[in-house]
Amino acid sequence: MDDPALLPAWKKALWYLVLGALSLLVLFPVWMALVRALSTPASYVRDGQPIHPVDVQWDIFGRAWTEGDLTRKVLLSLAVTVIVVVAQLITSVLAAYAFSFLEFRGRTACFAVFMGTMLLPLEVTLIPNVQTIRDLHWLNSIQGLAAPFLATAFGAFLIRQGFMGIPRDLRDAAQLDGFGHLAFLRRVAIPVTRPVIASFAVISFLSAWNQYLWPRAVVTEGRWATLQIGLKDLAAAKVEQSNIGVAAALLAAVPVLALLIFLQRHLIRGLTAGAVKG
Amino acid sequence: MRGRRSWKDTALGLAFLAPSAAVFVAFFFLPLYRLIRLGLFQQNRYGTKETWVGFSQYTDTLTGQEFLDGVRISATYVLYTVPLGLVLGVLLAVAANRRLRGMKVFQTIFASTVASSVAVASVVFFVLINPQVGYFSDVRFLSLAHPDSALRGVALSSVWQNLGLTFIIVLAALQAVPEEINEAATLDGYGPVRRFFRVTLPLISPSLLFLVVVLVIFGFQAFAQIDILTGGGPAGATETLVYKIFDSRDPYRQGTGSVMAIGLFALTTVVTALQFRLLNRRVHYGN
Repeated sequence: MDDPALLPAWKKALWYLVLGALSLLVLFPVWMALVRALSTPASYVRDGQPIHPVDVQWDIFGRAWTEGDLTRKVLLSLAVTVIVVVAQLITSVLAAYAFSFLEFRGRTACFAVFMGTMLLPLEVTLIPNVQTIRDLHWLNSIQGLAAPFLATAFGAFLIRQGFMGIPRDLRDAAQLDGFGHLAFLRRVAIPVTRPVIASFAVISFLSAWNQYLWPRAVVTEGRWATLQIGLKDLAAAKVEQSNIGVAAALLAAVPVLALLIFLQRHLIRGLTAGAVKG
Repeated sequence: MRGRRSWKDTALGLAFLAPSAAVFVAFFFLPLYRLIRLGLFQQNRYGTKETWVGFSQYTDTLTGQEFLDGVRISATYVLYTVPLGLVLGVLLAVAANRRLRGMKVFQTIFASTVASSVAVASVVFFVLINPQVGYFSDVRFLSLAHPDSALRGVALSSVWQNLGLTFIIVLAALQAVPEEINEAATLDGYGPVRRFFRVTLPLISPSLLFLVVVLVIFGFQAFAQIDILTGGGPAGATETLVYKIFDSRDPYRQGTGSVMAIGLFALTTVVTALQFRLLNRRVHYGN
């Protein structure tokens, strides 16, 4: 890239102008959502929907929280998400360990079968999976919402990549020290690959929190609506209450926005992991 | 010694794989079997009785209007979302790939749409394009109220929502381009535009291929945005394949729905394989 010291001032100004314009473009929908959430709906429409808020109601986020029954929705989403993330971490780490440090007949075949599940998205198997949940009487339940996501081939693959990077010497040394597999896993393999595992945890959180199709299919009572599918009903309300739905949607993005800001490195590593060749 | 070791390794290996395998059997492989089987039977209204109809339900459904409409709408959706999303994402990444003070702020803004789920993006865009009081409700080109334009309106929300992911991946690829290569190209008299198309673009092509594949799959799986913004309407104009499958989960429709799901599976697999074949020839993998 161009050395910033060599860049003339006018060129720098031009780039800031371009970057500023692009930022406005990306942020425009969010700004308009914020304006809509904060404005009193009737006055906003009366004034011809300007790009600034009208008759600001600062308490809208609090009202969206109570009127949208967000405590229950957030707790439900959080419970499902935590169960899914923890389960995926355990199942993926164990599977990854088997695929990288344990030698047994049929390992390659097992690996191929595991990876094959990545070709089969939930959209395809939706109908029989909903039937399974129905047969188990798990519609409208936490276990029904979480069950299909307790393991993921992507996690096993990603963490295996991390494990494969552990130098042979380290393994041999651990073996000489009398480490069995469980001790090696706990005291060496997991600590050494912590960045990879953390990246996977972030991605796992992101996809569990944002889940939509599955909850829509296995939730039939409003009481069991997760945050994401609850947004649909809130947003579909009458115009006079449109600010509530929009405010709830903005609130739903906050946890992930926090991830983006505080765990940016891990999030980016996780998102780009699939893009590296191999 | 060796024999005992590998026996222990086998037992431990199987024990470690068992939890994942149980989930995969219950929610991937058994359902796949049941999916194929459901397509061979016709269910009665309550799903209490089924009649063997063999492959006739496959041929009827896969050549029927409903499935073909779904394929057409899903494919159109992919065409609306992928090229535009990719170009915009590359644009943002190229703009943000330079050393300027405060660049972290711009990069965070450009990446920020990954914080939005499809549902959140849909509600945000509902503010902009909903037919009654949307800010752009007068813009006919994106109107959700008309069958010929509704899909474009929905697509726009996906383009915006995917920008963050596209930006992050392209920027990572751009940052991995060695500085010397750009310097060498400059010394060879390449201007910035030619340098981008002849040097940079080929070097980041593996990431672009990955993005095309992922975005196409996202496009074929689009559901939440349709569910929230249009509910499949107006007049079924935005009923993508996944939307139709979702709509068929009631017991008496399971047969047709299952065949459509297999159709979706075949379609995405073939399209993905084709992309790898066609695009891979143009992709440049380093070393």
